[in-house]
Amino acid sequence: MTTTTLAVLVPLLPFLGALAGLLLGRTAPGFARPLAVLPTLASLALAATVAARQGGGGPVDAASELTPTGSVPIELALHIDGFAALTAVVVGTVATCVQIYSTGYLRDDPRYPSYAALVSLFTSAMLLVVYTGDLMVLLVGWEVMGICSYFLVGHYWETPEARAASLKAFLVTKLGDVPFLIGLFALAADAGSFRITRILGAVAHGGIDHPTLISLLLLAGVAGKSAQFPLHTWLPDAMAGPTPVSALIHAATMVAAGVYFVARLLPLFEASQAAMTVLAVMAAVTMTGSALAALAQDDIKRVLAYSTIGQLGYMTGALAVADRGAAVFHLLSHGAFKALLFLAAGVVIHAAGTNSLAAMSRMSHLRDRVPDAYWTMTVALLALAAIPPFSGFFSKEAVLGVAEHVVTGHTEHAPAAAGWIVLLAGLLTALLTAAYATRLWLLAFRGSGTEAPDHGRQPLTMTTVLWVLAVPSLAFGGFAFRALPDWFDGHDLTPTLTTSVLGTGVALVGGIVTYATWRHTTAYAARVPLGAVAAHPEADAGQVEAEAIASHEPAYGDVAHAADPADPGRLLLGRLHRHAAVGFHLDAVYSALFVRPVRAGASLVRFLDREVVDTYVRGAGTLPRWLGAAVRRAQTGNLQTYVSALLAGTVVLAVAAVLVATGA
Amino acid sequence: MHLAYPAVLAALLFCTGLYGVLARRNAILVLMSVELMLNAVNLNLVAFDAWLSRVAEDTLHSGQALALFTIAIAAAEIGIGLAIVLAVYRNRGTSDIDRLRDTAEGHDPDDPDSDATGRALPAPAAGEKAEATA
Repeated sequence: MTTTTLAVLVPLLPFLGALAGLLLGRTAPGFARPLAVLPTLASLALAATVAARQGGGGPVDAASELTPTGSVPIELALHIDGFAALTAVVVGTVATCVQIYSTGYLRDDPRYPSYAALVSLFTSAMLLVVYTGDLMVLLVGWEVMGICSYFLVGHYWETPEARAASLKAFLVTKLGDVPFLIGLFALAADAGSFRITRILGAVAHGGIDHPTLISLLLLAGVAGKSAQFPLHTWLPDAMAGPTPVSALIHAATMVAAGVYFVARLLPLFEASQAAMTVLAVMAAVTMTGSALAALAQDDIKRVLAYSTIGQLGYMTGALAVADRGAAVFHLLSHGAFKALLFLAAGVVIHAAGTNSLAAMSRMSHLRDRVPDAYWTMTVALLALAAIPPFSGFFSKEAVLGVAEHVVTGHTEHAPAAAGWIVLLAGLLTALLTAAYATRLWLLAFRGSGTEAPDHGRQPLTMTTVLWVLAVPSLAFGGFAFRALPDWFDGHDLTPTLTTSVLGTGVALVGGIVTYATWRHTTAYAARVPLGAVAAHPEADAGQVEAEAIASHEPAYGDVAHAADPADPGRLLLGRLHRHAAVGFHLDAVYSALFVRPVRAGASLVRFLDREVVDTYVRGAGTLPRWLGAAVRRAQTGNLQTYVSALLAGTVVLAVAAVLVATGA
Repeated sequence: MHLAYPAVLAALLFCTGLYGVLARRNAILVLMSVELMLNAVNLNLVAFDAWLSRVAEDTLHSGQALALFTIAIAAAEIGIGLAIVLAVYRNRGTSDIDRLRDTAEGHDPDDPDSDATGRALPAPAAGEKAEATA
């Protein structure tokens, strides 16, 4: 088969799997698991084949116009360069791991068939976004991901948290998608095509008339999808979904789509200095803010959610300094270790029966209950904190190295201000990332107190994928940084000495300071008993997690944080802790800016409808009613009255007829 | 005979019938008045038929045929009418059409207070009924 055929099959197979899963899920539940895992696995194999054949050489382009669509043609186009080929492999790997993991995680869930089908559809949409060469087709995948995330985040729709989170995820991303759509139309109007190759050609020849406007409009959509400030607020709340869904959304699919989109169209963004500066500021605010917020969260998955936002900030930072190689490098390595972190967190939540770090820090021997999760999570947290030689180190140093290049004036693609912003924010975030990674690890696995409950070994499907993902988290960066430039633009991704020493230094400082604080605060843990455990600890992991999320607010007073004096993050952040725990009140700002005006508008419309429009309607009805009441009085029930009236009428008519006939 | 005599007689008969329909209270007398009106029309039909057959030499005698037709219809009508009156009288104890006003606006058949003709006056109704059967 040709490379094009293989590439078409890559998004098509999970799509067909999703269709079959949705159709057969009820009638033949036995097929649900094979239908979920096998198409994804096959598409991973095909994506790997495509990547091997493409081999970092010239991009594979193919297009077919299904039907004429008016002025700007929409074509089913493929554009597979090194970025697309490698991203598709990571998407396939993570999706396969998630599907395998879900078979164990949602073992007893009655809604498993529809869940697995939606995960397949999600994967297929992401692969479509990765491979397509036409922006309209990309938008289709983009929006399918939006609706799938709505369904998957709301998987436990019995709980109000999940319902609210799924609606929020949908609405906030749509808030970005509207400008995104307008930006796409403006771009197509300027370039005369939706094909990425032609748009980039037009950019190269200066054929785009409004690069700043278009870039900023597109950035709004990217911020929504990739959870960048100020549209990131849906992501921490999306933790109300099952853990495998979080892994899928956070590691390789939805949030990566925005970064990937900018990487594809980077020359367009480079054409506008303003857009690059906005991108840099957005990245800087996102990464520092999210790292501070991560340090204050109590829910283990919310810590990871904020860390995802921060790592995405690194990627947009790399894009802001005009190096998409570094951005996609970080996307790939982050995809591996973040998927691992989430899947391991799911195992930990199942074993502990709670998602609260405060409760876990009061359990001893949790690490002996889940040795697989303990070791793999340690690897992934080291990668997250960018400690050499784990893969996160190389990709993060690539980002920082590029920023340093821009600062020292080695490149003319990006403004030096953007370089400074990204470099300083990146170093500060490296410090904070190491701090919250250390805090997470210490609280989850170094707790003391009553012994953690023992539910036996975790399902093999759940633990195996952890080790599969631990390999790239450990070794991908070290082996790949030499080979990747051939696949990407050719920029060198080798860590530079200055940023490596600085980055690793601040990371070590962050880790050590957190450890010292933890040594100081852990003594309080015994004094303040805390902890709530799921009602059915023997149930499958999905149910345990749903119960843990639902019980967090009644048990600790908030979905995000707990009043735990033994938390080192509380001491480290000081007075900032209160604000960081609620995400710096951004939800309150949104509530004041959007929710309350919309509610007020709704009550105004309700008033207008009930009191104004209805008054007219009622007024129009009043006159006929009065007339009717008047006429009704004539109906006396006396037959003779009626006949008299009939006679009188007849006489009048007869007289009139006679008068008319005689001409009088 | 001049046409005016039967025509005037028919008009007088019709007016008598009309007065009876409009003014009498007993349903049977109203029905009798209707009969008077019908017979006034019959008289007209026959008179004009005779006049036309003489003046215009009409041989069809459609007036007479129509008069026979009206008599048949009137017989059927009075049969049904009397049966209805009898049924109403048995049911309500009265055939006074001033008191048979169930179709009046605002009349509630389930409300005993507003039903002035029926259950509200059981005693005289029973008495009248007894008289009628006697």
